[in-house]
Amino acid sequence: MHETTPPPGATAPVFYDEEGHAHGDGGTLFGFWLYLMSDCLIFAALFATFGVLGRNYAAGPSGADLFDLRLVAVNTGLLLLSSITYGFAMLEMQKDRIRPTLNWLAVTGLFGAGFIAIELYEFSHLIREGATPQRSAFLSSFFALVGTHGLHVTFGIVWLVTLMVQVRRRGLIVANQRRLMCLSMFWHFLDVVWIGVFTFVYLMGAMR
Amino acid sequence: MFSNLDLQQLIFGRLTLEAIPYHEPILLVTFIVVALGGLALVGAVTWYGQWGYLWREWFTSVDHKKIGIMYIILAIIMLLRGFADAIMMITQKALAVGASEGYLPPHHYDQIFTAHGTIMIFFMAMPFVTGVMNYIMPLQIGARDVAFPFLNNFSFWMTVGGAVLTMTSLFVGEYSRATWLAYPPLSGAAYSPGVGVDYYIWGLQIAGVGTTLSGINLIATIVKMRAPGMTMMKLPVFTWTTLASNAIIVTIFPVLTATLALLALDRYVGTRFFTNDFGGNSMLYMNLIWIWGHPEVYVLILPAFGIYSEVVSTFSGKRLFGYTSMVYATMVIALVSWLVWLHHFFTMGAGANVNAFFGITTMIISIPTGAKVFNWLFTMYRGKIRFETPMIWVMGFIPTFVLGGLTGVLLAVPPADFVLHNSLFLVAHFHNVIIGGVVFGLLAGVQYWFPKAFGYKLDPFWGKASFWCWLIGFWITFMPIYIIGLMGVTRRTQHFEDTAVQPFLTLAAIGAFIIMAGILAFVIQLVVSFFKREQLRDLTGDPWGGRTLEWSTTSPPPPYNFAFTPVVHDLDAWWDMKKRGHDRPMEGFRPIHMPRNTGTGVILAVLSTVLGFALVWYIWWLAALSFVGVLAVAIIHTFNYDRDYYIPAEDVVRIESQGAAQLVGGA
Repeated sequence: MHETTPPPGATAPVFYDEEGHAHGDGGTLFGFWLYLMSDCLIFAALFATFGVLGRNYAAGPSGADLFDLRLVAVNTGLLLLSSITYGFAMLEMQKDRIRPTLNWLAVTGLFGAGFIAIELYEFSHLIREGATPQRSAFLSSFFALVGTHGLHVTFGIVWLVTLMVQVRRRGLIVANQRRLMCLSMFWHFLDVVWIGVFTFVYLMGAMR
Repeated sequence: MFSNLDLQQLIFGRLTLEAIPYHEPILLVTFIVVALGGLALVGAVTWYGQWGYLWREWFTSVDHKKIGIMYIILAIIMLLRGFADAIMMITQKALAVGASEGYLPPHHYDQIFTAHGTIMIFFMAMPFVTGVMNYIMPLQIGARDVAFPFLNNFSFWMTVGGAVLTMTSLFVGEYSRATWLAYPPLSGAAYSPGVGVDYYIWGLQIAGVGTTLSGINLIATIVKMRAPGMTMMKLPVFTWTTLASNAIIVTIFPVLTATLALLALDRYVGTRFFTNDFGGNSMLYMNLIWIWGHPEVYVLILPAFGIYSEVVSTFSGKRLFGYTSMVYATMVIALVSWLVWLHHFFTMGAGANVNAFFGITTMIISIPTGAKVFNWLFTMYRGKIRFETPMIWVMGFIPTFVLGGLTGVLLAVPPADFVLHNSLFLVAHFHNVIIGGVVFGLLAGVQYWFPKAFGYKLDPFWGKASFWCWLIGFWITFMPIYIIGLMGVTRRTQHFEDTAVQPFLTLAAIGAFIIMAGILAFVIQLVVSFFKREQLRDLTGDPWGGRTLEWSTTSPPPPYNFAFTPVVHDLDAWWDMKKRGHDRPMEGFRPIHMPRNTGTGVILAVLSTVLGFALVWYIWWLAALSFVGVLAVAIIHTFNYDRDYYIPAEDVVRIESQGAAQLVGGA
């Protein structure tokens, strides 16, 4: 109907990129960000599950009975600090200094491991008290949400160690810098999710 | 302390010889046929010494075109399986009326309808759609591959892994009897203690990983890898619908993963998410699964809409009518698709206001969809229509799909839904939109793009025969089902007391056999066309007079798709290039940067499938071993930095001088 007709005598425009500069970065960081958003929806589903089932105690213990907020505060502190130290690692990476980058990554990993250790202690304590995932729908959804976050952190630590080996072997080459950026996004993402867990599960749970 | 039984359990979990259904004649015969066919295939490949070729050129390939073709092959194989289930169901229904019990006991019949639904959606429609998107979209945007080629190969093999696990249930153990969405509490450990639901869960979880990753991959490709000049409002419509479809995939498949994981926890460790006791809530499952399930149908139908749009404008010789409205309609459908899930269970008792909200959102979807139908009609209006095989699929689709849409709006009215839910009317409705919309679209797409992929057209006679069998067969099958559904006959029924329904069901069974003839004609078409390929050969790269960039390269395209990336100035980029006289450069080729093939995707998928099998049968040592294997292989893969290579300029010159010289407007 409204096809574009060139004016008569006009020269045809450039139809081919003969210089070959049209192929840039494939978008790894963007793709990884998309993955994080999809992962975010796994957490959304688990938060929704906790929202629906979080008060179904089935005559068992509630959050107010179980949660030790001091312990959770320590844990939150560890995770937030690990995000800061990861940030320091990234700053060192941009200065292209391998050794300090690795050191900050190691500190980050230790904070992460501390977080997992405290979480495992908390879980085992709850289970010893009889507050098992099978006890009530509330506890099922609690363990599923917090446990999924913990699994992510564990996976992040495995990834961190792998990356440290790779940086040590090959240095801060472009591929490794890209990988560190991806893990950085992953690590901060888990921090953000934890803020949600801390608020909705622990703080609001302890107030009920 | 170990008795014999304990040792056996330790090694084999709950897998025993009893799991092999040698006492069921139907399954035994199927197994013998599949085994003989499989042996013949393996024997033939070995005899001709083609394993190396298959492994190097196909299984480990990261080329989006080869992966796309493999997806479609998987889909066609699974179509045959899913359709065999359909024929068994409808013949059982037609036979088991009054005094007759038919030939399928309830135990078996329930597995068949569960497998039919699961396979047709997850392992037929999804791979088919993903395959077409994979093949065509990068060509349409002038890209050389997708954003993450290795991930693409991995996604494909995970889909295959899920399909293999699902098919294994046919011969080892049994499949789920808890319907295609496995509603608890029926699908919980208390009411489905066997392995069926576990096969269902792990089959879908493994395939779901592949689907999510492929969704991310294709979005990144569209956003990051378009040819210069191709702004978003110059994207071909099929690419737009691919973007919308994958955006939906990335948002909904994680929800499915989480939901099935919770169901698995209920079954494996005894949590209380969806149980009747200890505070569980089965309606939570219904909500979560349909938050995945309803957008899923738009994942399937939107790319089909894209195919219709491409076909209709090509064969009408006109620019698509209302491109902008088509784009907005696509995105509105995608957006609203997230807001309608509750219409699958109006009877939950959420109250009139909630039902009204979801009823209205559902009806709203028909507005952009209606706009699309009018756009297709107006594209044809005053066009110079060529009735080639792809085009007649579009013309069959429009009236068929409109009927399906109308019954959908009818079902969206909550009071009507209270009467019609769980009836055969609903079954007829969704088959109407999925066959008349998705399947017709995919088959149109195959007819349309086959010459691009293989260098020769498909035989028109058998193509038209297939079309007419599908169209007539569809109407004869589902009109009687609509009618008895409206009269109140419920779905998933294995036996009918009332003999009055038998004539309708018999008619439906006849229709199903006509569809079977359509599938057969399609397979014959593939074979006949292969033998007549020299007559049907396309050397121009543009056999239909196409409008978008995939037609600007050779058929089949070289591994790198485009020796020189096209520069886009118009919506119908290739049409514009043809009309304004482009000058295809035949020298000055550069080395082309390409991703390297890798077998890691296959290995990871095999290990994941073994993991799934071990979990189904409680073989814990094998599960632990294969899980560690998956982690180890994934980590080892990251130590390989040597992932790309350059096709030397001389090779590009050689390939281009062979094929491209004959292209339309070639130098």
